[in-house]
Amino acid sequence: MENNNAFEVALSLLLNLDASLFQIVALSLQVSILAVLIAAVLGFPLGAAVALWRFPGRGGLIVVLNALMGLPPVVAGLMVYLLLSRAGPLGDWGLLFTPSAMIVAQVVLVLPILAALSRQKVEELLGEYREQFVSLGMSRLRMMPTLLWDARFALLTILLAGFGRASAEVGAVMMVGGNIEGVTRVMTTSIVLETGKGNLPLALGLGIVLLTLVMLVNAGVYWVGELTRRRTG
Amino acid sequence: MTSFNASLQASSALLPPPALCFDGVTFSHEDKQLLGPCSFNLDGTGPTLVMGPNGAGKSLLLRLAHGLLAPTQGRVAWSGEGRPRQAMVFQQPVLLRRSAVANLTHALAVNNVPRRTRVKLAYDALERFGLSASAHTPARVLSGGEQQRLALARAWVLSPQVLFLDEPTSALDPAAIKAVEAAVREFHQRGTRIVMTTHDLHQARRLAGDVLFLSGGKVREHTAAEAFFDRPVSREAQAYIAGELVE
Repeated sequence: MENNNAFEVALSLLLNLDASLFQIVALSLQVSILAVLIAAVLGFPLGAAVALWRFPGRGGLIVVLNALMGLPPVVAGLMVYLLLSRAGPLGDWGLLFTPSAMIVAQVVLVLPILAALSRQKVEELLGEYREQFVSLGMSRLRMMPTLLWDARFALLTILLAGFGRASAEVGAVMMVGGNIEGVTRVMTTSIVLETGKGNLPLALGLGIVLLTLVMLVNAGVYWVGELTRRRTG
Repeated sequence: MTSFNASLQASSALLPPPALCFDGVTFSHEDKQLLGPCSFNLDGTGPTLVMGPNGAGKSLLLRLAHGLLAPTQGRVAWSGEGRPRQAMVFQQPVLLRRSAVANLTHALAVNNVPRRTRVKLAYDALERFGLSASAHTPARVLSGGEQQRLALARAWVLSPQVLFLDEPTSALDPAAIKAVEAAVREFHQRGTRIVMTTHDLHQARRLAGDVLFLSGGKVREHTAAEAFFDRPVSREAQAYIAGELVE
């Protein structure tokens, strides 16, 4: 099949709302969005707590969080695989090769990004606010929600960065999801598979959707940045 | 708690503001003594203006009095029971990245004022400080003068018994300075103890009840305002008022 021809077929798959293609896109979005939301609920308070409290090992924790931002997806996948496989500590839950396992793997991947970047932002804000907070008689625990809310635009940008990472990775979801058709097949894993099989139209169609998604996420990051500048001078 | 503001205003109108006592207070940083030893009593009606050249320790003294810093030696004490309610207005107002009114309701929420009362108190204070029209404007896009008025309004809603102001007008134009000085007088009339630093001799003459003069980290003089400006006793204060460059 000619590549030009493949591109045309890919476009027609998209324009005709091909069912198998859209099932794959929907599952991809579902997995990555849920993973990012769970990572945010855990990661933002963690980042704020590390910014606010002084404790032994704090420096080490910051280094580890920063380093884990670059955690290779296949390593995250391997860790979750070992955890969830039949012989693993959580093997009884039977989660391996389900969308839940993929969400867990992506949480592992995204959590350090959200925690490390929100820690930086919150610490920067705290430097500016600290005297006023102490003057108002606020405890560290009370400062946390105030700081997270005042960092909201930065946190939204961080959230989108996390989503970009989750939706674009292939290693972790491949290892713990298994790329099972109709169950755990997402955009990145099927691009790998379909390209290998020589089914270029579907691979290209998915590639276009993925690329569009990444564009939208980056447009979102830019727009949030502009909004922040306008709102806070 | 519903009559939060009213009851506090009544009580502070009846009672004199709490007196502040510095007892042999010093403050050192990295083995360098930056302030003290300082011993004085602020028990008059004030307003107390803390004056002195740059680096004399004026801001440091305010932060020690307010409890933002702990003294290296000595004791900061208040008359009456416990620590009085207090607020501080900084040279650069520190405002949250929210609307003007949300800055006030946040300060009230932190002080456990019930939700229903917060909004009313906040709007009352915005009106008093001429900021009603800017209630929903993001605080950080307000002008410098408006930001400082908002910082004063935030202090106002907390009904402090003591208000510290650290060079509150040094970055403002004359109209904004006038508004800040009017606000300081209003706090004073409400019975709030005012402790304020300034560089501006004219401003000090306009506002001061008594003057605490610092140089080189030591209190050189603490006298009633008239006496200070007419017949300063210490050599440093004489030189400062005469407009010489004092270190």
